Amino acid sequence: MAMAVETLDNVVIRFAGDSGDGMQLTGNQFTRTSSLVGNDVSTFPDFPAEIRAPIGTQAGVSAFQVHFSSDDVFTPGDRPNVLVCMNPASLARNVADLQEGGIIIVNTDKFKDRDIQLADLESNPLEDGSLSGFRVIKVPISSLTREAVKEWGLGAKIADRCKNFFALGLTYWLFSRPLGPTEAWIRQKFKNKQPLDDANVRALHAGNGYAENVELFQGRYEVPAATVDPGTYRRVMGNEALALGLTAAGLKAGLSVFYGSYPITPASDILHNLANYKGYGVMTFQAEDEIAAVCAAIGASYAGQIGVTGTSGPGLALKAEAIGLAMICELPLVVVNVQRGGPSTGLPTKTEQADLLQAMYGRNGESPCVIIAPKTPSDCFYIAFEAVRIATKYTVPVILMTDGYLANGAEPWRLPEIESLPDIDVNFHTETEGFMPYSRDPETLARPWIRLGTPGLEHRIGGLEKEHLSGNVSYSPENHDFMCRLRAEKIQRVANDIPDLEVDGSDSGVLVLTWGSTYGAAHVAVAGAIEDGHNVGHAHLRYLNPMPKNTAEVLARYDTIIVPEMNLGQLVKLVREKFLVNAISLSKIEGLPYRVAEMRNAIDRAIAGESISVEFPAHRL
Amino acid sequence: MTTPNTPKYKAKDFQADNPANPEKKVAIRWCPGCGDYAILSQVQRVMAELGQPKEEFVVVRGIGCSSRFPYYMNTYGFHTIHGRAPAFATAIRATREDMSVWVITGDGDSLSIGGNHLIHVLRRNVDIQLLLFNNRIYGLTKGQYSPTSEVGKRTKSTPMGSLDRPFNPIQVALGANSTFVARTVDVFVKHQRAMIEASYHHRGASFLEIYQNCNIFNDGAYAPIGGQRIPGVEYEKKKAEVQALQTIELAHGAPLLFGKKDEPKGLRLNGSKWEIFDIGDRFSADDAVVYDETDLGLAQLAATLDYPNFPVPVGVFFRIKAPTYDDAARAQLAEAKEQIGDAGLKELLYAGETWTVEDDG
Repeated sequence: MAMAVETLDNVVIRFAGDSGDGMQLTGNQFTRTSSLVGNDVSTFPDFPAEIRAPIGTQAGVSAFQVHFSSDDVFTPGDRPNVLVCMNPASLARNVADLQEGGIIIVNTDKFKDRDIQLADLESNPLEDGSLSGFRVIKVPISSLTREAVKEWGLGAKIADRCKNFFALGLTYWLFSRPLGPTEAWIRQKFKNKQPLDDANVRALHAGNGYAENVELFQGRYEVPAATVDPGTYRRVMGNEALALGLTAAGLKAGLSVFYGSYPITPASDILHNLANYKGYGVMTFQAEDEIAAVCAAIGASYAGQIGVTGTSGPGLALKAEAIGLAMICELPLVVVNVQRGGPSTGLPTKTEQADLLQAMYGRNGESPCVIIAPKTPSDCFYIAFEAVRIATKYTVPVILMTDGYLANGAEPWRLPEIESLPDIDVNFHTETEGFMPYSRDPETLARPWIRLGTPGLEHRIGGLEKEHLSGNVSYSPENHDFMCRLRAEKIQRVANDIPDLEVDGSDSGVLVLTWGSTYGAAHVAVAGAIEDGHNVGHAHLRYLNPMPKNTAEVLARYDTIIVPEMNLGQLVKLVREKFLVNAISLSKIEGLPYRVAEMRNAIDRAIAGESISVEFPAHRL
Repeated sequence: MTTPNTPKYKAKDFQADNPANPEKKVAIRWCPGCGDYAILSQVQRVMAELGQPKEEFVVVRGIGCSSRFPYYMNTYGFHTIHGRAPAFATAIRATREDMSVWVITGDGDSLSIGGNHLIHVLRRNVDIQLLLFNNRIYGLTKGQYSPTSEVGKRTKSTPMGSLDRPFNPIQVALGANSTFVARTVDVFVKHQRAMIEASYHHRGASFLEIYQNCNIFNDGAYAPIGGQRIPGVEYEKKKAEVQALQTIELAHGAPLLFGKKDEPKGLRLNGSKWEIFDIGDRFSADDAVVYDETDLGLAQLAATLDYPNFPVPVGVFFRIKAPTYDDAARAQLAEAKEQIGDAGLKELLYAGETWTVEDDG
């Protein structure tokens, strides 16, 4: 029987299950297929720090949210329309986010008494009426999968592992997605593990066929392709784009990239990606610790390559002394910080923006660095490219602040025309006549970058204060005062070389000022507020130190400035200090990105003159 | 690399120029009488004779008295942060096949704060020369005990005597899977020069411990084996005798003999225990252990020889050929480059799953 197909603009689906249920893989496949059919997409993976928490417990729940649309997408979506739950723990952890009237697809085989107990629930949510506001689709996914793949005699445990593809097949039917791309992926992935290729493909088809034949759903949906700019697209995650950006910058500069890193969540994927680009001249070095990783990167810069190190918050703390060395030695260095929940070990797999002040001030002495931050996963490419350009042109450390949300989030990326990428001009100093290692370019104040081994330019650098021009060790009070001011001025001069701060929307009234990954939610929230007739603008800082030259002028136009951040208010401090404006902090520190609705709510309250600051919730003591 | 055009150098050419005053050399600021002077002049002398262009030497160091060393060398030099010099050196060597990389460090710099980097640069077998100046004291911070100070050392930070057992740097290096481990003494000038040369010629991480006297905070630390102290007539008279009796030179293929000419002695092994014997009626030189620098077990046993019960070994404890990290890293890059052929930026970006949206307009 043919079913009605309803067309939707926008859908958010979340796959949730046990850590071992393959939900990240399932979500990635759904995203991939949606990209390939032309939807705009944005994703949000949410997984525990434990590789395998005890099976069936809420601690082990892993989820992956995909927002796909025929319009432009800026966030992974506030609330899912569809929730796929492989067990009671994943239902319990995720159902509160589901939109009213939303669809829940549950694996009923995993709702036995024992499973309810493992999830630490009082009663079975499928029976206790707690899901009455939703459309619950009950499917014995485990047993149907086992039945579907029984001809290969895989054994219950292995057969069970095919169930995520059964679930994926169901959702593909519901949203009219083709099976081909996933089928091809399975064939490739399991080509050396036969018959798992056949079994998984069968599970995918079985799920799809089951939805069709059993009339599980009242109807099916389609989300047409988005109207997007013509060009060639590729789906990228932030860490992947960042690795590509660094590699591309090396090729454009005609220099090798050296990446020193110590494995740390959520930055390790940058190392993994770069390790595959050795053919493009990238040398990767898995160091013995965070300090060795940054020191090696500085050593590579000193040797005449592009030295890069990558880490997350705790690693940035360990690298602080060495970053100060690169700063006083005035060597190019790129430090990537994929921020995660802190302090200390904090929330390793969750996102946060609480390292801004660490990047700004977290070193001994006067030790300013350039700080820049991408706004979307694909922007990680351009920001990495920009980091290399600035570091090599100004002989300074550049701290590139991304976060867990951007690092693991994916979106379609319209690939740039190769010719459109600017060259990065690197001119090593070679002139021996009158050579002074601490002489300067009059415009950028950069000191000469000398490739190690250049004849006649043998000189000494180091962490002791250097005499202006000669670079000799100097304890002169006047010289130290001058050099500290000079290094600070050099950082400020980068502002001559970056784009102005732009505003979307109104140029008076309320300004929402963001940095990093809060861009998406703010963009959508402000667009909505403008549509509703409010006087609101949105400005986004990709350059945090120095800030664009027109920042003061932009901020001065507004009566109210809201600064939403996933911290307790860090950019807002810098802005207030620097510009003496009454900027207000909108803070949230839950390890999760902002929802559009949260942002919009704050805008509405600010317009109404209400306070948006969060008081300490003493009642929770 | 040495070419027929490599200039002929004198040791003076390796003394640091002063960019602020080309007429002058940089002034050296170690305490008068410091053992570091002797090492500096030997390194300058050896480098001048190696036949490698001056610009291809880079001296990398951490923090401490020894770490001022590169400021006084007319080569490339990088004074980094405390304990981390091996990490900088690793990347410099891995990215630059042409550079001869020297790490100058001390017992505090590389055995305390930088212990981690020391063991990893050694196990990776990065082709560098690492000269560890061991004075068994913290000099630059004015005299606290170090990881090589003897138990009970009374210093400003340990007025009742230090409590912790010391490291034996040779044992640390052997334990870290080094491919070249040697020891010399600041005042054994000729021997020191030979050891510096041997370090340079070893392809891999060369670990050279140099017993070095701190005449301010730990004077006479090596006097019992004939090391330097503030000269006194009595001591000078006996110095050669002390050296003969209290040190033994390890040489590949040679028996372990020591002592005064007229009272020769040898070392033999009883199981895994060392024994000293007099060469005479009962034992001959043939009874001494013949040293084999490729035998790790023997090197580990030799590392246990120490004053006062045994003569202190100097020379090469251990030397084997093994692949270096830097060669392997460069080889991987070359292999990967060959695999991708002419691929460039376009191939890099337009890889994986791409799709094209046509222009409808």
